[in-house]
Amino acid sequence: MKKQYDKKRVVLNLILIAASVALLIYANENMSFYSKRIINLCAVYAIMGLSMNLINGFTGMFSLGSAGFMAIGAYAVAIFTVPVDVRAEVFYLQPMWPLIANIHIGFLPAMILGGFLSAIAAFLIGFPVLRLRGDYLAIATLGFSEIIRIAFTNLQTVTNGPLGIKYIPSFDEIWWPVGVAIVTTVFMFLLIKSTYGRAFKAIREDEIAAEAMGINLFKHKMLSFVISGFMAGMGGALMAGILGTIDPKQFLFTLTYNFLLIIVLGGMGSISGTIISSVIVTAGLEWLRIADEPMIMFGYHIPMFRPGFRMVVFSILLMAIVLFFSKGLMGTKELSWELLGNWYKRQRARFIKKDPSLKGGGSK
Amino acid sequence: MNQALKTMVPVLETKNITMRFGGVVAVNDLSIQVNQGEIVALIGPNGAGKTTAFNVITGVYTPTSGDVLLKGESITGLLPDKITQKGVARTFQNIRLFKNLTVYENILIAKHLRFKADFMSATLQLPHARRMEKQMHTDTELLINRLGLQSVKNEIASSLPYGQQRHLEIARALATEPELLLLDEPAAGMNPQETDELTAFIREIKNEYNLTVFMIEHHMDLVMEISDRIYVLDFGVLIAEGNPDQVQNNPKVIEAYLGVEEDA
Ligand SMILES: Nc1ncnc2c1ncn2[C@@H]1O[C@H](COP(=O)(O)OP(=O)(O)OP(=O)(O)O)[C@@H](O)[C@H]1O
Ligand SMILES: [Mg+2]
Repeated sequence: MKKQYDKKRVVLNLILIAASVALLIYANENMSFYSKRIINLCAVYAIMGLSMNLINGFTGMFSLGSAGFMAIGAYAVAIFTVPVDVRAEVFYLQPMWPLIANIHIGFLPAMILGGFLSAIAAFLIGFPVLRLRGDYLAIATLGFSEIIRIAFTNLQTVTNGPLGIKYIPSFDEIWWPVGVAIVTTVFMFLLIKSTYGRAFKAIREDEIAAEAMGINLFKHKMLSFVISGFMAGMGGALMAGILGTIDPKQFLFTLTYNFLLIIVLGGMGSISGTIISSVIVTAGLEWLRIADEPMIMFGYHIPMFRPGFRMVVFSILLMAIVLFFSKGLMGTKELSWELLGNWYKRQRARFIKKDPSLKGGGSK
Repeated sequence: MNQALKTMVPVLETKNITMRFGGVVAVNDLSIQVNQGEIVALIGPNGAGKTTAFNVITGVYTPTSGDVLLKGESITGLLPDKITQKGVARTFQNIRLFKNLTVYENILIAKHLRFKADFMSATLQLPHARRMEKQMHTDTELLINRLGLQSVKNEIASSLPYGQQRHLEIARALATEPELLLLDEPAAGMNPQETDELTAFIREIKNEYNLTVFMIEHHMDLVMEISDRIYVLDFGVLIAEGNPDQVQNNPKVIEAYLGVEEDA
């Protein structure tokens, strides 16, 4: 009985994977540049959401440093992948620091470097802060995020300061972002399923009990925080590769709130919820751009629609979610065939109740 | 006589421990000894410092002064997780389960401390990590069946009735494979029948898992029935010790404690 069910699940999974791959290939071949960019942004937001959910949703800590870690990854790609011969043009106010001016690496090593640098930054912040009880982490990470941004604004010969870095070799294909997003998702599933994932959840549920069960709080919080930092660095690296141009203002701490919205909407402690809501939020943010355009309805100019209104709508949505769906779409559950099957059965039962003739077969 | 021989081996000793919180001296110069195979009770009126003594023993607090010894080795100042790894497990006065996780997961998590592979091997399910993971599941199943929790195995911990939550908390402590088990008011909130069942349960696990038990308890029936020896604490100070008869008849104890709560 159980065996048979497992078989069914394997078949369903294979169909799903084949369909997704086909869909992605189709999208990559046929979609417009703009649509592909949105897919790429969805992928980056999914990675960022997972990164933030690992700390906030699964380990029960509260970190607001995503934008800072992302900036580190983005600048690793920006600094090291811009072709050497255009660097003089990019750094036209002050030449690039000679020590790094001639170092050029490919996107993949630069992305991994970005991940590691972010992870190191996470370790350095975590070391003093994670020993303390309470929510010092939120303050420390928020501060870190701003310090990184200000540092990058002022390190003229490394980051080109407020002007940012352009001519980053960018890709309009979807494979890098989508590929990394898939690997990150699979990694997260396996990590959370492992005994370390359970230890993280134990810390989330009750630190004191977790410690009494022999779980070293500092070590496990640090592990979660550093992995999360690595993921965020990768996310930032991909962002640089998608946009081709970055500057420090993109990494204002308000960026972190987008990721916060994703995990709150998707469910703190749900991987599939994070993926679903990263798509909703990214696509929604794009769609909400109409709120930033002037709007004329029936010949009347609606005054609220102007640049910035998008974020107002966005904030209202966030508040509504927190108020009415405090557990988000998925809570701590994961999407599974069982869950979908049960949902389908419930919906069907409801329809049959309303209209008994729908019930097939000779049961009448 | 076997018992008498066993009582010679101290598992837990506290040497003059004092715990101060600002002006409050919660535990004052406390020296006790719990020997292998014993069930020892720590009693005393509310606020006497019993839980604080447990917190000092398990590393939640570092004592202001004094020393805690586990099988002759000092564990003073070690972190709680380290002390658990050395074979001391505990329960809490206000139940502290992993509330939103299942009974099974609660116990499985307590096996994490014996897991010796790094997180990458565990995540990628490399052979040696996989083997250990499998062992954790086998051990968990075994313990769950042994302690009669199989019918609620997949229930969320917080959905269990109160008595069963206490039961699960003890099971979870056992999963860490302790030699010394500290129970902080295991019978709190239980009715007489549940208390009787608990008494039998503690005896049973003590024998089966070769435990030494040190418990705080207010239910005097339980304490008098189960304990080999009793320590009495009042305002952080040890005022009496001895077997149940000696303690029951000690005038200091009657004055400080039994006199007030004769009905307990
Ligand atoms: N973390 C703390 N900070 C300050 N004071 C504390 C702390 N923990 C305990 N105390 C104080 O120490 C004293 C002893 O408390 P404790 O909880 O150990 O008593 P207890 O014997 O366990 O009482 P009960 O039977 O009510 O559980 C109390 O006066 C309490 O207020
Ligand atoms: Mg107490």
